[in-house]
Amino acid sequence: MTSLAQLAAKKANLQARCRIIQLIRRFFHARDFLEVRTPVRTRAPAPEPYIDAIPSAGWFLAPSPELYMKRLLAAGYQKIFQIAPAFRWNETGRLHHSEFTLLEWYRADADHEALQQDCIELITEISVGLDQFPLISFQGHTLSVAGRWPRITVAEAFERWAGWCPGPDPDQQRFDLDLVTHVEPRLGFPTPGFLTDYPAGQAALARLKPGFPDVAERFELYWAGIELANGFSELTDPREQRRRFQDTLERRRMAGCSVYPLPEAFLDALRHLDRAAGIALGVDRLVAIFANASDLDQVVAFPPHRD
Amino acid sequence: MGSVLTASDLRKGIKLEIDGDPYTVVDFEFSKPGKGQALYRCRLRNMITGTQFDRTYRSVDKFNAADMDEQEMEYLYREGKMFCFMNTSSFEQIEMSEEHVGEAIHFLTENLKVQMLFFSGRPIGITLPNFVELEVTQADPGIKGDTASGATKPVSMATGYVIQVPLFIEQGDVLRLDTRSGAYVERIKTSKS
Repeated sequence: MTSLAQLAAKKANLQARCRIIQLIRRFFHARDFLEVRTPVRTRAPAPEPYIDAIPSAGWFLAPSPELYMKRLLAAGYQKIFQIAPAFRWNETGRLHHSEFTLLEWYRADADHEALQQDCIELITEISVGLDQFPLISFQGHTLSVAGRWPRITVAEAFERWAGWCPGPDPDQQRFDLDLVTHVEPRLGFPTPGFLTDYPAGQAALARLKPGFPDVAERFELYWAGIELANGFSELTDPREQRRRFQDTLERRRMAGCSVYPLPEAFLDALRHLDRAAGIALGVDRLVAIFANASDLDQVVAFPPHRD
Repeated sequence: MGSVLTASDLRKGIKLEIDGDPYTVVDFEFSKPGKGQALYRCRLRNMITGTQFDRTYRSVDKFNAADMDEQEMEYLYREGKMFCFMNTSSFEQIEMSEEHVGEAIHFLTENLKVQMLFFSGRPIGITLPNFVELEVTQADPGIKGDTASGATKPVSMATGYVIQVPLFIEQGDVLRLDTRSGAYVERIKTSKS
C-alpha cells in the first residue's frame, strides 16, 4: 500500500511529471499534431510474441494504443499524438509497471528518420522547459541533450559489445540476454542514442529496409542505458501484416500464451495506409530521468503493484 | 519437495531448491527489452554454504520452492562435534553438527532458545535471539577509572568466545552481547554484586 507519507514525499517528482506532460503537449500542438484519445479496452490487441495483454471482461486492456492510432492515419489524419495508459501482464520491476503511460505519435508520409528528429527536438525542449539544459544529473551520471545523438545499428552494437552478429532472425534468448547484459548498459551516455536496424524477425509491425531485407526500419531510443522509445516505419502491406500476426499468434499458442482475435478492422484499414511512421515513448521513464529517480515507483503516485 | 514456482514468482527473499540445495534470492532485477522476452536476473545465495552466484531466468523457467520450516529449539548440550537441541513443542531431540551451527557456537549456552531452520526436514542452521547474556570467564585486571577513553581489552566468555570489551569489565561479570554483530552491548551484572 502506498502511504500518505510516501505520497507526500513524491511531490517534487509529481510536479516534474506534470510539467513534462505540459511540455509534451506544447511541443506537439506547436507542430499541428492532433491530440486524440482511443479506447483503453480493446477486443483485439496487436499480437506480439512477448507482450501479454491483461484480460478485461472478455476483451483486453490495451497494451498500446497503436492499432487505433494507425486506423486514424489510414483515415487521412496526418499527424496525431496521444498520452495514453497502457497495460501489460506480469511486467513489474524497477523500470516496468503493469500499468504505465505511453506517449505515441504518428506521422503520415514520413519515415523513422523523421521520428528520430522529433525525439531530439522533443527531449531538448523538455530539458530547456525544465531548466535542465543541457546537462542533467541522473543517478551519478551527468547526461546531456546537447551534441550529436549517436546512431548505432544492432549489428554494430552486438559485434562491438557482445562479440557476435545477430543476422535477420537471431535466437531470441541469446539476443535478449546479450542485449540486456552487454548492449543496453552502454547506450545513451551522455547524450541519448538510437539503436537502429533491428533484425527483420523482431519487428512485428515495421517495414523492412528497402534493399536490405535482413533488417527492419525499427529503432529504439536509449538514454543512460534505459530504453525510452520504440519507433519504426510502418509496414503497410496488409497481406504481409496478416501473415506476421498469424505467425505470432501461432507461436503464442504453441508457447501456451493467451491468443487474441486477429485485429481485422486494423488489417482492413491498412489497405488505405501509405507511407507512415510511428513511435511509442515511455513517459514514466522519461520523468524518472529528469527527476533523477532510480525507479518508476518514485514518479508515479500509485505504483500498480502496491495499490 | 516444495511447490512449483514460475519466474514471475521470483523476488527478493524467495527460497528455491537448485541441485538439491536451498538458495535464497538476495538480489533481483526484472528486465525486458520492449519487444523482447522478460528476463529475471537473480543473485542467489546457498543457504548452507553461503556461496553466491548470478543466474538469469526466463518467464518459461520453473523451479521448486525450497521446502523450508522453522521450529523453536532449546540447546541442551554438546558432545564432541555434535550439538544437541530439543524441540520445545514436540520434545524431540535433534543433533546438529558444528559446521551447521556455524558462528552461533560462540553464543550457545545451556537452555538457550533458538530458531532452527529445516530444509526438506534436515536441520541446516539456527537463528539466535538478537541478544544473549554470557559470563566472562577470563579477564586481565582492568585499569580503575578509565571508562571514558574508549580503550578496550580482550576477555574470554563462558563459551570460549573472545571479545573486545571496555577496560572496567572483570572476570565473573555477565555481559549482554549482540549476536548479529558479535559485539559487546552492556554489562548486566558485576562479579562483585
